[in-house]
Amino acid sequence: MGKIRNAASSVWRFYRDSFREMTWGRPLVWLILLKLFILFAVLRVFFFRPEYAGMTEEQKSEAVGDRLIQHADPPADTLTLFNP
Amino acid sequence: MDAILWSRIQFAMTAAYHWLFVPLTLGLALVMAVMETLYLVKKDEFWKKTAQFWMKLFAVNFAVGIATGLILEFEFGTNWSNYSWFVGDMFGAPLAIEGILAFFMEATFFAVMFFGWNKVSPKFHLASTWLTGIGATISAYWILVANGWMQNPVGTTFNPDTVRSEMASAAAFWEVVTNPVAVSKFFHSVTSGWVTGGMFVVGVSAWYLLKGRQKIFAVKSMIIGGIVGLVGSAAVMLSGDSSGIHAAEFQPMKLAAAEGLEDGGRGAAFTIVPGVKIPKMLSILATHDANGYVPGINDILKGYTDNNGNVVPSVAEKMERGRKALDALEVYRMVSGQDDELAAQARAVLDDNVQYMGYGHLSRPEDVVPPVGIVFWAFRLMIGIGMLVALVLLLSLFFSWKDKLEGKKWLLWAAIICIPLVYIGGQCGWIVAEVGRQPWTIQGLLPVNVAISSLSAGAVKTTFFVFLAVFAMFLVIEIRIMLGAIKKGPDTVEPVKE
Repeated sequence: MGKIRNAASSVWRFYRDSFREMTWGRPLVWLILLKLFILFAVLRVFFFRPEYAGMTEEQKSEAVGDRLIQHADPPADTLTLFNP
Repeated sequence: MDAILWSRIQFAMTAAYHWLFVPLTLGLALVMAVMETLYLVKKDEFWKKTAQFWMKLFAVNFAVGIATGLILEFEFGTNWSNYSWFVGDMFGAPLAIEGILAFFMEATFFAVMFFGWNKVSPKFHLASTWLTGIGATISAYWILVANGWMQNPVGTTFNPDTVRSEMASAAAFWEVVTNPVAVSKFFHSVTSGWVTGGMFVVGVSAWYLLKGRQKIFAVKSMIIGGIVGLVGSAAVMLSGDSSGIHAAEFQPMKLAAAEGLEDGGRGAAFTIVPGVKIPKMLSILATHDANGYVPGINDILKGYTDNNGNVVPSVAEKMERGRKALDALEVYRMVSGQDDELAAQARAVLDDNVQYMGYGHLSRPEDVVPPVGIVFWAFRLMIGIGMLVALVLLLSLFFSWKDKLEGKKWLLWAAIICIPLVYIGGQCGWIVAEVGRQPWTIQGLLPVNVAISSLSAGAVKTTFFVFLAVFAMFLVIEIRIMLGAIKKGPDTVEPVKE
C-alpha cells in the first residue's frame, strides 16, 4: 500500500512540477483546455444530439429495423417470398 | 442539397481536418525517436537539442490535433444514427481497445517524453519517445480495422433480432482484426505518415538553409528526414500495390471509378491522364497478371465472370436479392415469437440473400457508381504528388549526404513547396478510399441514404458552418504557433563530430 502511495505521489509531483516549470508549452495547454471546452461544453451539448439517445436497446433495434424495411418494396406475399 | 449530402460533406471535412494532424504525428514521432537514439548512441548533445526542437513542433501538432477524432464519433450518433446502431457491436471492440490501450499509452508516454528530459533517465526517456510513436501507430491500427471492415465487412453476421452486424466468436474477431483491407490500409496510411513527417522535416530544414541559418542542424535533420521519408515512400508504393489488389477483389467499382474504366477486359491499360495509357498496366496492378481481367463500370452493372471463374451477378440481380432480404427481414420481424416455422423460413431467405441486403435500398443500378471524376483525378493527384515528393526526398537526401546543397536553391524551394503538397496527396488518398466506395457506408450492406439520421438539411448546414469556423480558428492558431517555433529555431550546439 505504501509503495502504491509513493508511486502515486511521485507521479503527482512529476506532473505538478512539470506544469509549473513549463515555458513555451503553457499556451499549448491553454489551447487544449479551450478546445476541450468548445468540444464538450459547447458542441457536444448544443449541436450533437444522438437521435436514439434515451432509448432502450430494444427500442433502438426496433427503430433501426423500421428504418431498414422502410426503404424496401411493399412486403412481398409470403408465398412468393418463400417459393420464388 | 439534402441532409445526406450535407452530412457527408460535414463528415468529410471533419475527417480531412483530423487527417491534417495524424500523419505528422506518425512521421515526426519516428524522426525524433531516431534522433534521440542517435543522441544516446553517440553521446552527442547536438542530437539531443535537435530531437528537442522537432519534439517541440510535434507537441504543437499534437496539442491542436488531439481530440479532433472525437468529433467524428459525435457525428456518428447525431448524423449517422442508423449506421451507428448497425455497426455498434462490431465497432465497440476495436474502438475501445484503441481508446483504452493505444491512446492512453500514447498520452502517458507523451507526458514523460515532453516533461521528462531532466526528470527520468535518458534510456527511460528514449523508451518513452519510441512508445509515444508506437502508441500512435497502434491507435491508427484499431481505427483502420474499423474502417477496413466498412470496406470489406468480414467476420460478422447480420442479426435480425438486434438489427446489427455482430461478431459471434473470438474467431470472428480475429477475422475482423486480420481483414486484409485493414492490414494494407494500416501500412499504407502509417507509411504515408512517415512520408509526411520526413517531407516536413526536409522542407523546414530547407527553409533554414535558404535563410542561411542553422546549417549543420538543417543538413543533419534533412538526412534523417530524407531517410524516413524515402523508406516511407517505398513502403507506400508496396502497400499501395496490395491496396490495388484488394480494391480489385473487394471493391471493383472503386477501382473502375479510379481508372475511369467504362468497359473492362483482359490486358487492361492504365490511364496516366486521359489519352495517355500504359498497355496492360492496370491488369498487372489489379491482378499481378498482364492478361488478368479487370471489370469496368458497365461490366459491374451488367455482371461478369472474375479471374477465378466466379460469376458476379449484375447489379439489377443484386437489387432483386437485396429486396428479397429486406422483405424476409420484415416478415421475420412480424412473425418472430409468434410463428416459429414461418420465422425460420424468413430467416433462411434473409441469410441466403443478406450479402446483397444494401442493394435492396437502391432505386436503380447506376446508384452504385461513385462520382467518377472526383475519384479519377484524386487518384492521379495522389500518385503524381507521391512520385514528386519521393524524387525531392531522394535529391535532398543525396545532396545533403554529400554536403552539396550550396547553390541548389531550386531544390530547397521544391522541398518547401512539397510540404503542402504532401498533405494534399494524403487527402487525395482518403478521397479515393471514401468517395470511391459511395454509395456505401458498409460495402453492400448499408447505403448512405439508410445510414443517415432523420435530420433536416438546415440543421446539418448550420453545424457544418459552426465546425468550419471552429476548425479554421484552431488551424490558424496551430500554423501561427508552428511558424513562430520554426522562426525562433532550435537551441542547437555544434556536433561532437562533423
